[in-house]
Amino acid sequence: MSGNSTYNPSNGFTRWLDERLPIMRLGHDTAVSYPVPKNLNYWWTFGGILTFMLVAQIITGVVLAMHYVPTTALAFASVEHIMRDVNYGWVLRYTHANGASMFFIAVYIHMFRGLYYGSYKAPREILWILGCLIYLLMMATAFFGYVLPWGQMSFWGATVITNLFGAIPLVGQSVATWLWGGFAIGDPTINRFFSLHYLFPFLIFGVVILHIWALHVTGQNNPAGVEVKNKEQDTVPFTPYATVKDAFGLSVFLIMFAYFVFYAPNSLGDVENYTQANSLKTPLHIVPEWYLLPFYAILRAVPSKLGGVILMFGAIAILFVLPWLDTSKVRSARFRPLYKQFFWLFLVVCLVLGWCGGQMPDNVLFSVGGVDIIVTHLARVLTFYYFFHFIVLFPLLGLIERPKPLPESIAASVLGGKTAAAKA
Amino acid sequence: MKMKMIQKLTLAAAVASLAMATAFLPAGSARASAEGPELHEVDWSFNGPFGTFDRSQLRRGYKVYKEVCATCHSMQYVHFRNLGEPGGPEFTGPEVKALAAGYQVQDGPDLSGDMFERPGEGKDVFPAPYANEEAAAASLGAYPPDLSLVAKSRVGGPDYIHALMIGYTEAPADVTVPAGGYYNPYFTAGSGIIAMPPPLSDGQVDYDDGTPNTAEQMSQDVSAFLMWTAEPKLEARHRLGFQVMAYLLALAGILFFATRKIWADQH
Repeated sequence: MSGNSTYNPSNGFTRWLDERLPIMRLGHDTAVSYPVPKNLNYWWTFGGILTFMLVAQIITGVVLAMHYVPTTALAFASVEHIMRDVNYGWVLRYTHANGASMFFIAVYIHMFRGLYYGSYKAPREILWILGCLIYLLMMATAFFGYVLPWGQMSFWGATVITNLFGAIPLVGQSVATWLWGGFAIGDPTINRFFSLHYLFPFLIFGVVILHIWALHVTGQNNPAGVEVKNKEQDTVPFTPYATVKDAFGLSVFLIMFAYFVFYAPNSLGDVENYTQANSLKTPLHIVPEWYLLPFYAILRAVPSKLGGVILMFGAIAILFVLPWLDTSKVRSARFRPLYKQFFWLFLVVCLVLGWCGGQMPDNVLFSVGGVDIIVTHLARVLTFYYFFHFIVLFPLLGLIERPKPLPESIAASVLGGKTAAAKA
Repeated sequence: MKMKMIQKLTLAAAVASLAMATAFLPAGSARASAEGPELHEVDWSFNGPFGTFDRSQLRRGYKVYKEVCATCHSMQYVHFRNLGEPGGPEFTGPEVKALAAGYQVQDGPDLSGDMFERPGEGKDVFPAPYANEEAAAASLGAYPPDLSLVAKSRVGGPDYIHALMIGYTEAPADVTVPAGGYYNPYFTAGSGIIAMPPPLSDGQVDYDDGTPNTAEQMSQDVSAFLMWTAEPKLEARHRLGFQVMAYLLALAGILFFATRKIWADQH
């Protein structure tokens, strides 16, 4: 859909500029004339929301970095300095800290939307892979960032995660020492985590540009999952249609964001992180932030440390090959009666895995005939399903499922929905 | 068709957020209730989106802190000047000066290279009662935690502090309390055994505003004071929050109608 450019320089300067650096043309083609399938629903506004969140995190983060001190002795105190003495420092920090959670809420919705509507399938494999790469970079960035306030959970979270690399055979301990910059987590560690936490968002920004580029080559998927056949009938120009719709979606999202920042700023964090890091005092219950809990549950579900690490990273790695695991030619779950049910099951599995990650692994869920079923047992079943879903069901469903008839075109699917919409 | 799907997805989102809420919210309370008794939820003046601190309560709480807690506990992130800032106890300028001057703080080195003591000023933090954690632990049996952030670093916050202050009871028969320890079921971090003696008793601190100085009242006052030391910008946060919310709701409303109008020719 990288059709011919419709940009028309309106005056002498823009004509002059266009012949030298067609940046106005790029902007016009990307955000004004770009054709958007007219049947997109509000689940498609999360790309714009994510772009906004990335920029918001970078801006608040750059200002926070002006006041933050990355040393073990001063990091915690410098955060309190931001909260107490920097003008509007508390808004900046609460926005940045909760912004990370909002960023992940948005990215999870964005990813599950892709899973539901088959947005990862040809010709959008590269688009999907770039998205997975952004997600991976986001998790690394969030992890580095969580260490910086140097609270108890920062320190012990960093200890758990960096020790995972110690599970690598032969070189594990050397890798851990290399990551720490010493024989334990200390000043070199916090300083390099700060450096990387500042760097990674710009890597994300770079991959986002590739992600949007790939998107604009293939065009957007849509709820019907059929390609654009007739640009006139099937699409509308990005501006004003998608612009205003994305802006409305974003404004609603921001209301939720503002609720957390102003009325529940610490509800998504752990109370332990308001106590300064103490390497001699291990918290009773070490947990990562909520958005990493499903992976933490997978890690703890495996009895062997190396096995747990492999499955945890495998759970992310498998996302990269989804386009080739799915054998179904039909994209949208709307027309895939079997897949649709398993999609919802998978969503529930991920949420319950997250719940497991936040619990003490030995907590007893229930007893059957004198045998205690604990959180770890549940996490094992769910971990099994997580991989079963992708490795077995994805190839299998495409072969055994009888999809419903697809609409002729996007325009036809919109017209088909018109009567229902009118009734509602 | 489309509507049906939107309904379904909305339902799914509701289910998802509910599942998320159950996953994260009870994690804290489960931890608290699994080991300690349920916290009594005080109807604090600072609760809710429009909550503000009660100035007189903060001033009373400060008095309790100064006369009782400060004997053992430090408060390293709070400056004397904070006591006069908006949104806190709001002592007057001269009052802040006078109460800061009541402390001796170390300064220096002077021109001959010696450290010296001088009366406290607004710019100083509250001097700690012990030189370091080790000195405090050696003298008291355990290190009394710094109180600046304690209302945010404990599950239950001010409700927890209040419950702990007045929650001392006789130890149950199956619990042995070691010498120098006390039994307090709310102190889950020590499985009920706490080194701090019961800090408050009726009539202990003289209130000059006529409020009855019961242990219950003093406990509430000092808990509110510690909420302020942990979150001194709470009132500014609630105020700005209201403005931001009003703006966003208006913006969302305008954008809703703009979207409807622009998309009208497509439906």
